[in-house]
Amino acid sequence: MQTLQNKSKVISLKKFETNNLFKKIFPYLGVVPFALLAIIFLIWPTLVVVYGSFQNLEGGYGFGSLIEVATNEKYLNGFKVSIQLASYSAIAGSILGGLFSWAIARGNREGYFRRLVLAASGVFAQFGGVMLTFAFLATFGFNGMLTILANSFFGENILTDASWLYSLLGLVVVYTFFQIPLMLIVFLPAIENLKPEWREASESLGGSNINYWFRIGAPILAPSFIGALLLLFANAFSAYATAAALISQGAPIVPLQISFAISGEVSRTNPGISKALAVGMILIIVLVMFGYFKLQSKVSKWVKS
Amino acid sequence: MKLKKSLFVLVTASALVLSACSSSSDSGSAEPASGEVDAKTATSAADFGGLEGLEEACKAEGKLNVIALPPDWANYGKIIDGFVAKYGIAIDSQIPDGSSQDEIDAANNTKGTDRAPDVFDLGQAVAMKNTAMFAPYKVATWDGIDPAFKDANGLWTMDYGGYMSIGYDANKVPAITSLADLLKADYKGKVALNGDPTAAAAGMNGVLMASIVNGGSVDDVSKGIDYFKSLKDAGSFIPVDPTPATIESGQTPVVFDWDYLHAGQVAGLKDKGIDWKIFIPEGVALGGYYFQAINVDAPNPACARLWQEYLYSPEGSNEWLRGGARPVLADLMVKDGTIDKAAFDSLPPVSGTPVVASVAQTEAANKVLVERWAAEVGAIE
Amino acid sequence: MGQIMSKLSKTDVWRWIIISFVGAYLLIPIFAMLEFSTRGAPGERSAEAWVAIPTFPKLLSSIFSSLQLAVVVIFAVVFILVPTMIWIHLRLPHLRRIMELICLLPLTIPAIVIVVGIAPTYRAIYQIFGSSPLTLSFVYFILVLPYSYRSISASLFSIDTHTLSEASRSLGASTIRMISGIIVPNIKVGIMSGAVISIALVLGEFTISNLLNFETMQVVINLLGKRDAATSVAVSLAALVFAFILLAILPTSNRSRSSKLKSNKKTEVMYK
Repeated sequence: MQTLQNKSKVISLKKFETNNLFKKIFPYLGVVPFALLAIIFLIWPTLVVVYGSFQNLEGGYGFGSLIEVATNEKYLNGFKVSIQLASYSAIAGSILGGLFSWAIARGNREGYFRRLVLAASGVFAQFGGVMLTFAFLATFGFNGMLTILANSFFGENILTDASWLYSLLGLVVVYTFFQIPLMLIVFLPAIENLKPEWREASESLGGSNINYWFRIGAPILAPSFIGALLLLFANAFSAYATAAALISQGAPIVPLQISFAISGEVSRTNPGISKALAVGMILIIVLVMFGYFKLQSKVSKWVKS
Repeated sequence: MKLKKSLFVLVTASALVLSACSSSSDSGSAEPASGEVDAKTATSAADFGGLEGLEEACKAEGKLNVIALPPDWANYGKIIDGFVAKYGIAIDSQIPDGSSQDEIDAANNTKGTDRAPDVFDLGQAVAMKNTAMFAPYKVATWDGIDPAFKDANGLWTMDYGGYMSIGYDANKVPAITSLADLLKADYKGKVALNGDPTAAAAGMNGVLMASIVNGGSVDDVSKGIDYFKSLKDAGSFIPVDPTPATIESGQTPVVFDWDYLHAGQVAGLKDKGIDWKIFIPEGVALGGYYFQAINVDAPNPACARLWQEYLYSPEGSNEWLRGGARPVLADLMVKDGTIDKAAFDSLPPVSGTPVVASVAQTEAANKVLVERWAAEVGAIE
Repeated sequence: MGQIMSKLSKTDVWRWIIISFVGAYLLIPIFAMLEFSTRGAPGERSAEAWVAIPTFPKLLSSIFSSLQLAVVVIFAVVFILVPTMIWIHLRLPHLRRIMELICLLPLTIPAIVIVVGIAPTYRAIYQIFGSSPLTLSFVYFILVLPYSYRSISASLFSIDTHTLSEASRSLGASTIRMISGIIVPNIKVGIMSGAVISIALVLGEFTISNLLNFETMQVVINLLGKRDAATSVAVSLAALVFAFILLAILPTSNRSRSSKLKSNKKTEVMYK
């Protein structure tokens, strides 16, 4: 009798344990589908890239590719131009976009105008690449609309020579096109979070417009603005489609160099180059995004209050 | 803690399983179309029991994937239409404006799928580097092709050739009398090269021609790179692949390219109001041939072989001729009387001794180009 | 009163100057696309390029593929991302930071980097799923994560999920019923906004599909651009307008946020 009772006690204890274990695992099952997708299609490729960057010229392993990418003038120049392009377009985009955000924020929050502007921004921010290149060629190309207009008004002029589009200046002008809408999307909430009460307080204390912006508006907006600037930088730095559609030969920026290095020619002799370039990109972007996240957490403190 | 560990184990296990999946490659390849013949390893029409057998095997497959064949390149548009009309096989013409390197890359990227290209038409440099991807096959007219134009084992066969030249829109730029002209302000932002010289034969030969004109030779491409660098510094050179569309829109009014490619566009461009003229530097006849090969992993191997038979028949080769290119079968066809005399006689004349870069020379040039082109001409300052 | 009036017009003037300048920057190229694609014989307009769109077979099939892809990605967002986010919010709050990090990772690991490492994965995908461009939906789901996550989590944070879940539980609702019937309707706006951005992203994506040799809409438009400039410009413009109309008519976060700020309308006058 005793043993039977003991046995049943043991059995019920065991059941309790397995039940408990199952209960502990069960919640995690809910995240399995998402986790699988994230691991297979995000984490794993990243690991492949990092691992592959240690592949070498002779098919062996070592730092060869990484050193090559960090020292060869060709690649260094690519990084330099990429950083320049990203910086200039981020600055231009954040200033123009920031002003634009202010202008939109003043308007009717429920109006159609704002709705349309935000919809257009959403599309323009994502639609870079091919379409953007065509748009600019249609505007400034040899047979472009503005070129022809300028020609008919001014005769021969600076616009007739369309080669500027393929220079750094041209790329910056084209990239800024999708930076402005992105800035609007990212920065508008920050401007809209400026509580009118603060404005009222400033005015009732005798502060002028300039005073308000200088002492209250700017300091509050600064983290969001700089954060947005960094985001714009990362966005331009990693952009591939626009440059690929505009410049079909040569590889002046890192994303184009990566696509060229993926091509059989280079990857046959040295498969590590494309991955080493990618690692270089990741390092630079991680630095920038780290700054962005730090600023975002600062901003969220303000928002919660 | 234990749970996180087990989750981690589960995750790494599934990752390992997936990588194991990707390394096993067999499934997905097509079964041989007909019972007895394995089309993938057939080396001539005889293996199919003659051309009719080959035709039937192809009809069973029903499809052909070709790549990087622009319709106005040596009349490929007509050739494709002719093949489709004659055999009723659907042809998927992929990335028509791709370079030779793009063809190889696509074959590698789509390996084992039904989208892989069946046949290649490659420039010399790329062809020589990738012979491991070719399946040997000797067409019916094999013996009529000069041994210099084919691989002894049938891995590749040259198909057609022409001479490097400069085409230009006479309405948009002044007439070109020498390469040095292109440095002038009239040509600012207007000069394009057909293809990146490290990836496309037309591009490489454009640089070689510039080299010959500027004191270099087929052995020394560096003077050509210097020339294009000066073109870039002068603002004349733009890094854009020229196509009929870019010529039409006025984006690339001056193009370095094979003479037959220019010749093939003159009529069409005239309709669009463009007066397309061809300039070949005096005394420089830099010729180049392209290479036909069958993809060893071709998803439609019988049709790939039938396509080759079609190209190397008078029917196909004459179309190349009508596109302004010189088919390798030209001598045989003149002898047989199957050549299109009118087209043959209207081929543009060349002055100077024809020179063709050998395999060794293109390899050497390619090496220098890979080192210098991207840094000096491709970069933005 | 006079002071406020002059203040109004001054900032208003600046406001419209900025809007005009930026508007010009953004709209002139679009207008140029329209102008370019409707050129006929010199001096005339022609719809030739537009009419020619259906005559390019690859174009239509690629547009269809891209639209299908957008639908599949939205499904994935609604049926995988949203439930996962809600689940973590309610049951596994300690995983929230990890989830947030993962969802924002694609901003740090851009498409061009992902595509370098994902080629072997897609060879395996071909073995299992075949060669349809729809297999891109897996990696596209990853690409939309930063945007969808942001809009959905904004909504999730703005409602009190815990109270709602407690209340519905005490009323006897099952977990699924609670998620689908109570929580989802409340974050509908965030989900919509995330879904709509996904459409724009999928239709505009070029990098991964091009380097993996899939023929999506942008890839085919790019190929077409080398053959026939006017028609590819026409198609690009059409795609742009289509995406714009979608984003403009589908309800997004604008509405709920702005209704909360209705009370601020009065103070806006002081604002100016």
